[in-house]
Amino acid sequence: MSDELILEIVTPEKMAFTGEVEEVTIPGSEGEFGVLRGHEAILTSVDIGELSFTREGKKSYYAVNTGYAEVTADKVTLLIETAERSDTIDIDRAQRAKERAEANLAQIAKEDLEFDKINLALIRALNRISVAGK
Amino acid sequence: MASLKDIRRKVGAVQKTKQITRAMNMVAASKFKSAQMRMENFRPYAGKFMDVLNSLALRVDATSHPLLAVRDPKKIWVICMTADRGLCAGFNSNLIKATERFMRDKGNEGKDVSLFTVGRKGRDYFRKRANVINQQVNVFGKFDMTLSASISDDVITPFTNEEYDELYLIYNQFVNVSVQRPTIVRLFPLPSIGENVEADSESSLEYDYEPSAEALLSKILPMYVHVLVFRALLETSAGENGARMVAMDNATKNCEDLISSLTLKMNKARQAAITAELMDIVGGTEALAKG
Repeated sequence: MSDELILEIVTPEKMAFTGEVEEVTIPGSEGEFGVLRGHEAILTSVDIGELSFTREGKKSYYAVNTGYAEVTADKVTLLIETAERSDTIDIDRAQRAKERAEANLAQIAKEDLEFDKINLALIRALNRISVAGK
Repeated sequence: MASLKDIRRKVGAVQKTKQITRAMNMVAASKFKSAQMRMENFRPYAGKFMDVLNSLALRVDATSHPLLAVRDPKKIWVICMTADRGLCAGFNSNLIKATERFMRDKGNEGKDVSLFTVGRKGRDYFRKRANVINQQVNVFGKFDMTLSASISDDVITPFTNEEYDELYLIYNQFVNVSVQRPTIVRLFPLPSIGENVEADSESSLEYDYEPSAEALLSKILPMYVHVLVFRALLETSAGENGARMVAMDNATKNCEDLISSLTLKMNKARQAAITAELMDIVGGTEALAKG
């Protein structure tokens, strides 16, 4: 029996990744956690952050948006809004998004309804920038 | 009878129309292909999403969630989702008709109905005819989940603030290229989920929920609206281009028919002109010979 784990990253636009991996690290909403084969079954929400997994000894990094993760003993299914592999991230675009969000944030009050939205955009941009370097 | 010149000009005009309709057909076909691809790519996500939602709904008593709150429906909001552009046969007008009928029925029951239009055609039609409270136009050229997120945000908060009591979504369900069916879905209060789930949950795994199942469910319910809206957007986009593809194909065929019947007419007219000229010449020579 193989000791590998099937990973599926499903986004609304496409199946971002599907295949066998050795280990996955997921940015859960209650903290980052690693999954190996034989993990206890859990269902959790995923936050904006960095997802990484090891496949044939090589590590890959993805910048992910919010969603859900379903973990069973031999399979991890991630249901997330977006997933970008580190080498496909457009750093210039992320940088521009970050600057735009920062400029917008400086202009409005914390109580404004838009504040959270722009703040989220900023977090996403920062996340993309940090993952892109890997 | 139309002169030869007139008919020639008409043939030229129809030929140009045919070129345009054929080009539109090809553009629509390629857009349709990519729209259909997106629809297919979305399917695994939607399916998986429903699995997660159902498995949660089995374990949590969700009736207390604000998005499931059933109130006496006095104020009704309707999302009417049309395309931005025309020239796609009855695609928009069928949907507008269905929306009007629905609003009239609800209005006759004494409800206060307001509209949220998505797509330019619906906005243009209802602007002066109904109470349009919100709109999204020119969105179908290029859209992603941020669009459905902003639409669902625009309806979720007013619902939880009890600004209105029921929300319906009217859109064209994509059946196949030539059939799009106007469909009415109630979004709020959300129809109770998990009811149709088979009770084979004993065989399925017991999950640990992190955070609690209740917290997860209250996070996932707004997402459910979001997913439904996004699916409707994808189906509208595929349906619009499918309908345009068929309409333009028919138009091209009609142009061909028109051209062949006009060419026949043209040939007849030309022949008549030649015959008349010959008769003149023959008549002239006869007159000369007699003279």
